[in-house]
Order: sequence, then structure tokens, then C-alpha cells
Amino acid sequence: MGEKILMKGSEAIAEAAVRAGCKLFFGYPITPQNEVPEYMSKRLFEVGGQFVQAESEVAASNMCYGAAAVGHRVMTSSSSPGVTLKQEGLSYCAGSELPVVVVNVMRGGPGLGGIQPAQSDYFQATRPGHGDFRYIVIAPATIQEAVDLMMDAFDLADRYRNPVMVLADGLIGQMMEPVVFREDPPKEYDKSWACTGCAGREKNIVNSLYLDPKDLEDHNFHLFRKYDEVEKNEIRVEEYLMEDAEVALAAYGTTARICKTAIGLLRAQGFKVGLVRPITLWPFPYRTFRKVADRVRFVLDVEMSMGQMIQDVRLGVVERCPVHFYGRVGGMVPAPVEIVQQVQRLLAE
Amino acid sequence: MDANDTAVFTYPRSLSRTPTHYCPGCLHGVAHRLVAEAIDALGVREKTVGICPVGCSVLAYKYFDCDMIEASHGRAPAVATGVKRARPDLVCFTYQGDGDLASIGMAEIIHAANRNEPITVIFYNNAIYGMTGGQMAPTTLVGMKTSTSPTGRDPIDRGAGYPIRMVELLNTLEGPVYLARQSLLSSADIFRARRVVQRAFSLQSKGFTFVEFVGTCPTNWGMAPVEAREWAQKRMIEVFPIGVFRDREAEAAKASAAKEA
Repeated sequence: MGEKILMKGSEAIAEAAVRAGCKLFFGYPITPQNEVPEYMSKRLFEVGGQFVQAESEVAASNMCYGAAAVGHRVMTSSSSPGVTLKQEGLSYCAGSELPVVVVNVMRGGPGLGGIQPAQSDYFQATRPGHGDFRYIVIAPATIQEAVDLMMDAFDLADRYRNPVMVLADGLIGQMMEPVVFREDPPKEYDKSWACTGCAGREKNIVNSLYLDPKDLEDHNFHLFRKYDEVEKNEIRVEEYLMEDAEVALAAYGTTARICKTAIGLLRAQGFKVGLVRPITLWPFPYRTFRKVADRVRFVLDVEMSMGQMIQDVRLGVVERCPVHFYGRVGGMVPAPVEIVQQVQRLLAE
Repeated sequence: MDANDTAVFTYPRSLSRTPTHYCPGCLHGVAHRLVAEAIDALGVREKTVGICPVGCSVLAYKYFDCDMIEASHGRAPAVATGVKRARPDLVCFTYQGDGDLASIGMAEIIHAANRNEPITVIFYNNAIYGMTGGQMAPTTLVGMKTSTSPTGRDPIDRGAGYPIRMVELLNTLEGPVYLARQSLLSSADIFRARRVVQRAFSLQSKGFTFVEFVGTCPTNWGMAPVEAREWAQKRMIEVFPIGVFRDREAEAAKASAAKEA
């Protein structure tokens, strides 16, 4: 392992990408993730890569499509309204089976919303753009985890030839924490499908157009066989103090960290509370919630949104226990004491 | 092979022997052939990546026999940017129509040109949306009837705007190295167009190169092929004048020759 260094989240995410062998970044400025393109605009030229400040998020995602189509590791980053624009290129990446990593440092909405941390893109991440497809969505709760997941993201993208979204919030992007970068060299993947010039072989075509309905149906079936594999192999979830828990909190990202603090306060008062923290938001750990639901009095889902992940939590719980919700939005971050009060109130009911 | 067997017509190597879906009298086929001939002439088929658009030439990935990428509507220059930034050693062309390039893709083409991305853009301008059934394009002439300008394109009373001249627009930018417009309306025009396309491809390593073809759409114009060419010659050329608007290499060569003399 390398040495421990103190880094800002956005810059650590960018550095992790470079160390994962990504030498191409295409992006457009938007708060609160500007440190990612700023870092890349210097760093990538040092490692023989390329950085382009695109004319728009739409163009940036299509530049990623082009770079991925020739078989190179490539990424973009943005924040909520910008990610909406990137959905175009990313749907084409999914349809054409191109590996791309996109970082979404979420801010509040709808519309222009605000620039403070939020988790209101859960739908946009897990129910993405047009057509039947999925992103693999991973949600870090610490800068160290962001670094590790960022490096994993490129492997997941290459392995499944699919876009991977690293879903963070403004807190992950902006705060500083010590990180250690893994030093394992980037893995090699077969990219014989890439458009690298047809010397010594038939031409390759990167395409998402299937005009014959039967062909398009087969293509969708093919994609979903692949997604079945992702669901089988890639679910990641943390169960925190769940062994004896009578109440389960459900949260991801920054909110999960706040929940852990709240759990400490609650346990000090004798309340047996634990946390289920999905790390992959798609594929979602439905089975963990199903298992947990039989053991707890209720689940309290906590988000920095009006309640988005709660839909998946309910799908996992399947009415085996009540599922309650507590959310703050618009850049308002829930304080541990608010969560403590919610749990106490629900237990008293 | 005796003299009587001399081939007078052969397929360019870079063109697939696939029947195209283009309508009778459409000039996309001619444009495809010119692009394929240029790739052959430079001997770069095995390191060429073509990018096709959304529109009538959406299936061009079937017709060119080199690696091909299908882009989303208007984004081919952005996709080409990704290709060339990753692999500057490749030859990369985009092939786009007027709706794709001059309407939805206006931002992408302007900025790719402004960054002087080393790509060759082939722009087929027939002043109408073909694939979707004959709607008004950004290049539709004033007064021209289309399915969305049924009384004729009216920039005054209906606020439908004026035809956009892409070569002239790009010619305001510092970046591009080669900008030309050529028609495909007669054999002589096609002969000249062949030279223009080859020039564009040969200058690609220097930067952004752009060739606009003035073509026809007999089907959506509601004309017979010959009539369509005559109409284009009479009406389109005055709005979209033919010529090489910029050739940085030729200008540089001329300047250095003048200096020596």
C-alpha cells in the first residue's frame, strides 16, 4: 500500500482515476465538483493523457463515448443538472456496451436547485435515461471509500462493458480526509471489439441502432442477461451493528455516516439500533433488507432527498416490517440529533 | 486480360458491397464513394474510424468498409474528439447531414472546429430533413416548402429563420485548416468534389478539415432526380456558393514562396 495523504474528495477521486489507468477526461464546469476537472486539466497532461473542457455536458458524454469506442479508459464528472445532460451520451454507451465512468457529485434540485449537498439523484442514477438499461451505481461514504470505489469502477465498467456511476454528494466532494491509494496495476481486458482501425481483421462497428424489432429485442435480452450477472456478482452492502439491532436505519453515502453517529448516541442510551448501508445502489441489496426486516421492529430510511431510495428499501422489506422515512433537502444536512429524535419518537409510538 | 476486359468501374476498397437504402437520385451514394476513394488514395483504410450521424446516412456504418461508430444526433464531432484524443494516430471522419450538423449539432461542430480537432467532417447539405420525412432544416431556403414550413420557409411572419451557411460560419474561427463547399450536381462537380475531399483528408493531421457538399433530396423535394439537380443548381448555389474558403497549408506555401521570390 502507498503512503497516507490528506486530500480533498474531488481531487482524491480524480487521482484514483489516474491511478486506475484513466488518461482521458471530458467535462464541463459545474459546482460542486469543479475540483475534478481542475485537477485533471493539470494531472492528465503529466501522464501523457488528454483533458478537454467540452462545450457542454452533452458533448462531454459523447466525447467519452468516442474515447471508450476506441478502447480507452475514460471518465467524466458532473453534478445533478449536468448529469441530466450527460444521460444522452450515457444511454448510447449502455446501448453500444461501452465502458465509461461518470462521477455525480449531487446537489439539490429540481431545476437549478442549489449547490449544496443532496441525494436527490438516486432516481436519476438508478432509473437512468431513455431505454431499458442500467448503470452500475456505487456510493462512497468516505474519501477513502471514494478512492477505492473509483478504482473498482473502471474494472466494473470494463468487465461488464457498461457505464458505472460513482454517486457522491457535495460533502464527499468537498471535505478533506486522509487516503491511501492501492498500488495494484490496472487490469487488462479484452477490447477486440474496439474501433482501432481494421488492420488484419473485419471492420468493427460500435452502434446502438437496431431497426429490426426482433434484433432490438434480442439486444435488450442480451443486456439484461449481463445485468443478471451484475446482480449476481456485484452487490455490496455494509451492515453496521446489525447483529442485535431492533431498529435498522437505511442510508447511503454521507447520510450513512451521520446515521452511524446517531447510532452511537442511541446505543449510549440503550437503544439497539443498527444500519444497513447499500454501497451499490444498483444492483441494490434487496436480500439484505428482506433478511433484516424479519428481525427489526421497523426500518427508518434517512436520505438527503424527499424519499427516493426508500422505494427500493420497501421492495426489499416487502411489508415484513414498517418502513419510515426521514429526509432533509435543498442542501440541509440532517444532524445526528434529528435522527436520534426520529428513532425515539417512532419507538415511543 | 485483354484490352476489352479493362475495368472501367470498380468499387473503392473502403466501400462495402452492400446495397444502400438511399432513394433513387439521392447523392449520398456519390458522397460516400468520394469519401471511400479519398481513404483509398491515402492508403489509410486500416487506420480509419468513421462516425455516422442520425438522419438519412444513419446506416453509413454498413456502407463504409472501415471501423465505424454510430453517434447520437449531432454529436459526431464530439465523438470524433474522443476518438482522436485517445488515438491521435487514427484517421477519423464524421459524415453528417444538415439537420444533424447545423441544427442539433451546432454546438459540437463549432467547438470541434474551434479546438482545431484533427478530423475531417463531411457535411451533406440538401436543405431538408430526409429521414424523418421532409421537415424544414436550418439550411432550408427562404420560401422553400417542407412538411413543417407548408407555406414556404418564412423568416418574417412565421419567425422560421434564414438558411445557415456553415462554411462561412466556421470561417470566422481561428482554428480550422481547411474549409470548402462543393456541389455534387454534375459530373464535373463530382470530379472537383473528389479533389476537395482528398485534400481535406490529406490535411487532417494538421487540424480541422470540413467539406460541405451541396446535394439534393428528390423524394422530399417532390422532384425527379434531374429536375432536383437543376433546381439545386439554380437556387441552392446562390445561397451556398461553391469554393475553397480556407486552405491554411496552401496559404502558408504561397506566403513562403512569395517571401523567397
